[in-house]
Amino acid sequence: MSEPAASAWRTARWALWLPLVLFALFVALVLGGLLRPENRDIPSRMIGQPMPAFALRAAVPDRPGLARGDLADGRAHLVNIFASWCIPCGVEAPQIAQLAAQGAIIDGIAIRDHPEDLAQYLARNGDPYQRIGADDISAVQLAIGSSGVPETFIVDGKGIIRYQHIGDIRPEEVPMILARLKDAS
Amino acid sequence: MSAIKPRHQRLVLAGFALAALVAAGLLAAWALRSQASFFYLPADMAAHPSAPDREVRLGGMVERGSLHQLADGVTVRFIVTDGRARIPVRFSGIRPALFVEGSGVVAEGRRAGDGTFMADNLLAKHDEHYVPREMKDMTADQARKTVAATK
Amino acid sequence: MLAEFGLAALWLAAALAALQLLGGAMAVRDPDNALGAAVRPVAVVQGLLVAIAFAALVALFGQTDLSVKLVAENSHSAKPLIYKLAGTWGNHEGSMLLWVTVMGLAGGFVALVERRLPEATMRATLAGQAFVSLGFYGFLLFASNPFARLSPPPAEGQGLNPLLQDPGLAFHPPTLYLGYVGLSIAFSFAIGALVTREVGPAFARTMRPWVLGAWIFLTLGITAGSYWAYYDLGWGGWWFWDPVENASLMPWLAATALLHSCSVLAARNALRAWTVMLGVVAFSMSMIGTFLVRSGILTSVHAFAVDPRRGTFILALLAINIGSALVLFALRAATVTEGERFAVTSREGALVFNNVMLSSILGIVLIGTLYPLFTEAFGEKVSVGPPYFNPMTAIFVVPMLLVLAVGPLLRWRRDRLARVQLSLLPPLVVSAGALVAVLALGVRPGLPMVGLVLAPGLAVASMMPLRGRHLRRLPLAVWGMVVAHAGIAVALFGMACDSAFSTEKLVAAHIGDVVAVGPWQVTLSGIEPVAGANWTALEGELLVRYEGGDAIRMTPQARSFWAPPQNTTVSALHTRWNGQLYTVLGEETEDGRWQLRLWWKPFVPLIWGGGFLVALGGVLALAGRVLADLRRIVVRDKIAWRRLRQGRRA
Repeated sequence: MSEPAASAWRTARWALWLPLVLFALFVALVLGGLLRPENRDIPSRMIGQPMPAFALRAAVPDRPGLARGDLADGRAHLVNIFASWCIPCGVEAPQIAQLAAQGAIIDGIAIRDHPEDLAQYLARNGDPYQRIGADDISAVQLAIGSSGVPETFIVDGKGIIRYQHIGDIRPEEVPMILARLKDAS
Repeated sequence: MSAIKPRHQRLVLAGFALAALVAAGLLAAWALRSQASFFYLPADMAAHPSAPDREVRLGGMVERGSLHQLADGVTVRFIVTDGRARIPVRFSGIRPALFVEGSGVVAEGRRAGDGTFMADNLLAKHDEHYVPREMKDMTADQARKTVAATK
Repeated sequence: MLAEFGLAALWLAAALAALQLLGGAMAVRDPDNALGAAVRPVAVVQGLLVAIAFAALVALFGQTDLSVKLVAENSHSAKPLIYKLAGTWGNHEGSMLLWVTVMGLAGGFVALVERRLPEATMRATLAGQAFVSLGFYGFLLFASNPFARLSPPPAEGQGLNPLLQDPGLAFHPPTLYLGYVGLSIAFSFAIGALVTREVGPAFARTMRPWVLGAWIFLTLGITAGSYWAYYDLGWGGWWFWDPVENASLMPWLAATALLHSCSVLAARNALRAWTVMLGVVAFSMSMIGTFLVRSGILTSVHAFAVDPRRGTFILALLAINIGSALVLFALRAATVTEGERFAVTSREGALVFNNVMLSSILGIVLIGTLYPLFTEAFGEKVSVGPPYFNPMTAIFVVPMLLVLAVGPLLRWRRDRLARVQLSLLPPLVVSAGALVAVLALGVRPGLPMVGLVLAPGLAVASMMPLRGRHLRRLPLAVWGMVVAHAGIAVALFGMACDSAFSTEKLVAAHIGDVVAVGPWQVTLSGIEPVAGANWTALEGELLVRYEGGDAIRMTPQARSFWAPPQNTTVSALHTRWNGQLYTVLGEETEDGRWQLRLWWKPFVPLIWGGGFLVALGGVLALAGRVLADLRRIVVRDKIAWRRLRQGRRA
């Protein structure tokens, strides 16, 4: 190979790194996209807002339903939006039970559920709920800005929403929830 | 026939490939700036209407009581709202089963001269948890409307 | 028990993959290392074990064992058996298991049969395969265990999305996966060749059948997926430039380029570094496409099921696999010596042009697919659709098709256009005729018109390599090329006809009404309720007549599933030689009419017929290559045998 061509080729060698650079850009772009939802996954305008007025009938015969007044009793509550037909809720149940064991007051709002199914669900997955309101038309769910099941809200003693957790609570998130609950009370 | 000095062949090939790929990239960047269809909320649409005949998406909630079928049996008009503005929409076709009053919707189409949005396609949510990607970080006020559809 | 058995098999397979990587790596440093000799058998056993794990999961789905979380979330006892089985790969964990299964089986198969390359290169290749597999094993075992139990088991499963209850879709993902993952072999061969600096014709010849095989499955998968979207979505379109579709198109484009550059390398020992690069890119596109779809970063259809950690995990895997391959490429490609030279007007020149055009199209599609992600980083939400993709890809497709008409006629190394001008005359005449016909029909200028003019000429041009050849002695591989290129022309004609000549009618009809669409008279003769295993439907009965001929019965449905509750329309199609009548039933209007959407789409089935021809071309080429290889092995054995006998006699 003659000299000029060889040196030209040598200087063009940086081009071999070009694919790697492009790929790194792709990774950076995607990583940005992946991480962003975490920073903004609490779009709720309801945080800091008082719980809207509602009164739900009892979802199961053996305990009372849920109304706004029940939440503003001076203690912090966890309000768990769930349903017997929702599999992630069943997956989340041990964490809810764990939270209850650590002293959290847990109220449930059952979305579009039947009492028999619900009773079966509670028998199967444990029953940490103090009260369960039946939200047959998703009215309360929508009013508090929840877009799916499961979701969990932390409501402070004055009935003000302090935190919204979208999706199931994973085991490693239990301490975080407990800390937020402590902050709210 | 060959205009290339053989010893430069590799460089010339690499240069040709690079030039074509860069051209493709620039072309794509230029086209995307003018062709990508933008997503509008009704309030955006009211404040800064999209150019007529420009392909855009309009997302929001179907206002209750606004859905009317026209006499031809296949065209509907309804109002898409985000609580701040209301945009009339017209759609001809078979509506997705999940499209009802009070549900969230993303309409693809263009704005007509009279301010009506002419939708070619309606994207309603597909399952319990589906939120059209553009609505993913709407405010809770808007997002909750995407859920209302189920009964 | 079966779940634990499957999990054990998966763990064992992962351990063997680690051993395979270790042995391969040792063999690169020291060719006489004892572990090096174990690489091939280990690869075979690893493939068998992971296949057993997958079979266990299929069996769990077959029994609807609801104590397995994955089954409970994705299956339902009321589902037809075939869809229970298809449920195995209709979810994240199962599809990842299918992914490693195909990788393991392909690697094992290569280890078993491939003897053409130097042993050192083979071991480096199998180590590369193990390296990629190992990441996916880790992902399965630590972040998405498909065999996880649910205690206590639920009473009933969560069902499968009824949109997915369709034979086409049930077998569509595995077909595509065979293509995606088959390309991992090309990736590993590229790694092996770079590591041992053995980039040459033997490398290309060894890699080519594997690329061909993967490419055939990709072609079939894309064709079937397009047809599924066409009849199942009920929108009458056949390609939507949806991220999911682009995810399958991008590896196909890269694999097509790779196939063509492979033939240059195999025949002429040129385009060495480029072919290696494409080997890396093709599988990278498979992984990137799968990642974009599975991570939910582009389509949040299952927003809740997406766990950001899971997406990050796959991304890290991608970064390691692709990143290290690209670093290896950057370090080694400069030491790959330059290949043979050729003139611009030559077979090589045409194939280089084809490669650059395909890569540009790939770039256009990739940029368009990622653009929404890019703008979102700046807080602006956009979606990119056909107004971008159609003209942008056409800019590169049209010149590529023109060169496709000429390239196969050119000789290797150097040639003159004057020599082939006689062969170019018939295609030119046909295209000119098509132009006259199109103008006479009053087709408006635009892309469909370009397609209508180009396609017939291209079809004739693709046959020209047969001119003056002895047809019965022509190698199968040449037949494969001719059929595949003709398939492109056929598909192009179908696409152009759909855009240029389709007619649509949207009406609300009373029972007994007659609607005309194109040459068809459609009578709505009744609406009946019908029921299936897990759905009920309203079925419209249509009596359709083509130009006043005999009535044909068609039954589009509006179907409701009950687990989970969901409604879909099921379109009804009637295919004639010259097109397809497409009917969709909507809902009842307030005054008792029924919505009907009807399309007459002349020649539209040619789109998928063309895609099928392209795949058939691939099969012919693959058969030709494999038969030639077998013949060579037989001859070599004969010679060896004769030598042995002569030696004995002497």
